[in-house]
Amino acid sequence: MAVLNDEQVMLRDMAREWVTNESPVSAFRALRDREDAHGFDPDAYRAMAEMGWTGIVIPEQHGGSDFGWLSLGLVVEELGKTLTSSPLVSSTIAASAILLGGSEAQQERWLPRLASGEAVATLAVDEGPRHDPARISASVSDGKLSGTKAFVAEAHAAQLFVVAATDGLYLVESGAGVQLATRQLVDRRSHAQVEFRDAPAERLGGGGDNLLDDVLDRARIVTSAEMLGTAQAVFDSTLGYLKQRVQFNQVLATFQALQHRMADLYGDLATMRSAVEGGLQALDSGFGIARAATIAKAEANRVLHRISNEGIQLHGGIGMTDEYDVGLYLKRARVLEAAWGNTAFLRDRFATIGGY
Amino acid sequence: MATKVDTAPAQSEEDAFRAEVRAFLAEHFPPELKGQSNVLSAIEGPGDETDAQRRWREAVGARGWGTPTWPKDYGGGGLSRRKARILEEEFARAGAWNPIGGMGVMMFGPTLLEYGSEEQKREHIPPICRGEIRWCQGYSEPNAGSDLANLQMSAEDRGDHYLVNGQKTWTSGGQWADKMFALVRTDRSDKHRGISFLLIDMDAPGVEVRPIRMISGASPFCETFFTDVRVPKKNLVGEEGQGWTIGKRLLQHERTNLSGGGSMARLMGPNLSDIARREGDIDAAGRLADTVLRDRIADFEIRWNAFLLTARRAMEESKAQGGVSEISSVLKKLGTKLGQERAELLIEIVGLQGLGWDGDGFSEGELERTRGWLFGKATTIYGGSTEIQNNIIAKRVLGMLDHQ
Repeated sequence: MAVLNDEQVMLRDMAREWVTNESPVSAFRALRDREDAHGFDPDAYRAMAEMGWTGIVIPEQHGGSDFGWLSLGLVVEELGKTLTSSPLVSSTIAASAILLGGSEAQQERWLPRLASGEAVATLAVDEGPRHDPARISASVSDGKLSGTKAFVAEAHAAQLFVVAATDGLYLVESGAGVQLATRQLVDRRSHAQVEFRDAPAERLGGGGDNLLDDVLDRARIVTSAEMLGTAQAVFDSTLGYLKQRVQFNQVLATFQALQHRMADLYGDLATMRSAVEGGLQALDSGFGIARAATIAKAEANRVLHRISNEGIQLHGGIGMTDEYDVGLYLKRARVLEAAWGNTAFLRDRFATIGGY
Repeated sequence: MATKVDTAPAQSEEDAFRAEVRAFLAEHFPPELKGQSNVLSAIEGPGDETDAQRRWREAVGARGWGTPTWPKDYGGGGLSRRKARILEEEFARAGAWNPIGGMGVMMFGPTLLEYGSEEQKREHIPPICRGEIRWCQGYSEPNAGSDLANLQMSAEDRGDHYLVNGQKTWTSGGQWADKMFALVRTDRSDKHRGISFLLIDMDAPGVEVRPIRMISGASPFCETFFTDVRVPKKNLVGEEGQGWTIGKRLLQHERTNLSGGGSMARLMGPNLSDIARREGDIDAAGRLADTVLRDRIADFEIRWNAFLLTARRAMEESKAQGGVSEISSVLKKLGTKLGQERAELLIEIVGLQGLGWDGDGFSEGELERTRGWLFGKATTIYGGSTEIQNNIIAKRVLGMLDHQ
């Protein structure tokens, strides 16, 4: 864990306490079993907003606390540990797009409402099942956006979409010209195909030529923070299980074959944490963001993939049951892995940044 | 977990020290030594120093600056961590390097400072600080590798001295060393408490050293045989039977040194992508033409960067907590594995040209690449093999129990 200041320690402890008491995995299970289309509990999101989490990277003048990305990462990690379902990540990424590229009027209009949790926003970039920001055909003419976005996260509750079109990012409000078709994925969170047909769109005119990449890097880093919590939870649960499950009159934790596998995972988790924290710190410092984001998400993909699989195997048969939590983490893990760049995409990007 | 920051001494004192170091470098550092390094000198050969190298070693040694934080009383620099950092920065700025190194500095010295008697410290620490004495490690034996406590070399109490008989192996630099710190058996009835920590002169009668030829062709390690070697009692460090405790403490220093991210980065030289760009086939778009290799290099570099971030984090956590961070336990295992992967990729980039053994058609650098790849296989075996590291992580960090 990065060395934190006092406020960050308080924030993390508060988040840890809240998810443990108010948003354990059983809360996610209840949502899932209700088949709630929004995919989250509005009361819980209101509580998160009241604690200030929705405004952590939004400046004070727009109603946020400007606490920084590492601070946001601490909260998101804790949410990942219990699979807390909320639009916090999506909304924060959308807010960061408005911060980077929005006019004063756009910022004034949206940031306070996103900071207070009153509005939910999300980022809509990809048009196919694999992340590929180079292939965008959604286009705008006369201020109307048309195109179809695939697997948009938290689309059901979003009042605002930040949409990638051929010539930049646009703000599109839900309503006329915006049609959702639910796509239920294994993680049972909110995902939808969103069709925009002549939807009124406002361009994010600032932020320069790399606005989309800059926003995607924020998405990659914050998503890795959720993945870190997910991986940590599977690791902790697996270690706990090995310490209490008895076979051959021995607790499993005494078997060297299993000890070495856990030692390997522990090393992986250590480098994953360093990579994710490195990404968050790069956002706070403003230096080397593209590279740090690629390292963070690639390492998160690699390690979470491995830990989520090993978690099932090491839990044995009980890990295959719906009643046990470890399977829920596996399903969430794969969706997060695919989000904003799978491993092949990220390695290619890393090599490209490195000039080879 | 807030960081405690030492109160900064007055800026002027730091500036004064910085100026002192600069003046020292200007006066003593021979410009022709710029950029050289002695990182591997401890195991790479006898001290066939050039005149300039000797003068540089003596100048640094006289100040104790090769061992900057060790106490001044015993020949160290007596510097605070802050000043040691300044020293390091100024050396780096001038392209200068620390000529004082080897096992005496990395492992034995810190351990003796902790466990040695006053007399032993006065005798042994100053020559280490001056870089005059080469130490080697007498730990492993033919039947005591990973199971180190199984060591059998005996030291029999003969009144004023011990009579030592047995064999050590994998003695790094044994053929060039002046002295050995060794774990010996003083009691056969207790595996761990029967071990003592003894200092042995390598030129004492009855000591015989035979270099071992390795798969790389080099012979950095030796077998060392002891036949009725008399070792004075004053060379026992700590109490009889305390050797296992002292010996393990020393291994902590070894692990720290083998895995330090910074020094490993130096050892590894330029990054892989630069080499690939220079030596690999490049396509019209400026990418490595071998797309599989390109993907694997990117994979390696991502994990290597995550490792470097982890080494830095371990250091920051240790500083903030005032103790060793628990993730330090993974650094040796991860760093050595990555080093091996890098060596494999370096060879793949140039194909058979990277597997040259000798003779015409290969540059010095290419031959070094082959040797480095082969020698690198040792890194996951020595200093506590990866399997032993896994045992340590599982038991000490993860609290997984021993078999009942």
